[in-house]
Amino acid sequence: MMEAVATIPPFERFYVEHRDGVFGFLVRRVGRDRAEDAFQETFLRALRSYQSLSHAGNLRAWVFTIAARVAVDDFRKRRPTTAEPEPAAEDSRPAYAELEHLADGLPPKERAAVVLRYGYDLEYADIALALGSSEDAARQATSSGVRRLRRKGVTL
Amino acid sequence: MKVSDDLDRRFRERAAFEGSLDVAYDLVDSPIGALLVAVTERGLCRIGFDAEPERDLDPLARLFGAKALRAPKAVDEPRRELSEYFEGTRTAFEVPIDVRFDAFRLRVMDELARVPYGEVTTYGALAARAGNPRAARAVGTFMNRNPIPIVLPCHRVVGANGSLVGYGGGLERKERLLQLEGASLSLR
Repeated sequence: MMEAVATIPPFERFYVEHRDGVFGFLVRRVGRDRAEDAFQETFLRALRSYQSLSHAGNLRAWVFTIAARVAVDDFRKRRPTTAEPEPAAEDSRPAYAELEHLADGLPPKERAAVVLRYGYDLEYADIALALGSSEDAARQATSSGVRRLRRKGVTL
Repeated sequence: MKVSDDLDRRFRERAAFEGSLDVAYDLVDSPIGALLVAVTERGLCRIGFDAEPERDLDPLARLFGAKALRAPKAVDEPRRELSEYFEGTRTAFEVPIDVRFDAFRLRVMDELARVPYGEVTTYGALAARAGNPRAARAVGTFMNRNPIPIVLPCHRVVGANGSLVGYGGGLERKERLLQLEGASLSLR
């Protein structure tokens, strides 16, 4: 069955629907103390790019992917790279950004699953939380996305 | 895990403060019922009677953009002016407004804004002052769909015989507003 292309809901409705789930996810990722800042950052980023969404396909996966990125950024901020040499500008693009780009053509759920698994190293339990599905379904979405990418010549 | 009221409030404040919203709104209590009050970056864009945020949200987002969020702090200024108006201590509004009208409607709104607190005029007189004496009926329809009632004081416009005629928010509210302003229905 074809899924009807839904228009983007007003931000208020999107926010109310996902705020508790995103907050719980962030508490797991960055800890209670930092979850509140990460929460605000996540929804502010979502707000800034909300207009550019072309359709409402799996907004949950979309905002959880943003939350995962905020968690990674938070982690980097906390561990200044004093020991490591400063990477060259050319290489400063993080792996997950590249992966997100490569995964752009995938169906939203598979895209989120692949990015969260291979871009952010999330456990399947967390991916399931992000997708609002079972752990099994998260595994399936990930491997189906990986197969699809492989057919396009992308190996993870 | 439930987001605390405090965190929720702080996020809404920041979202409004950042200026990345298309439209921010909240409910405002008044003696004539809960009002929906909405603002864009340019100013006050909507006042609605019988406010029901869940129902009012979709039309707001359609008109002004999907980035619509309930953000109480963003409507603090109109809230304060409205409350002063209902207390009887304010006779003119200063809050900037954001309306998108054609030239004739803009002239009508300019003329409407000149009708002083506590006085009334007629649909015909307003149409004439806006440059089209025969447009009384059109002016009536326009008043009925006024996006910012109270602040754009369409309640001060009545029929040629002094009857209240109609009001987008219901005649009882029109009467209440005119009473509040101490208007006697003597025509200008």
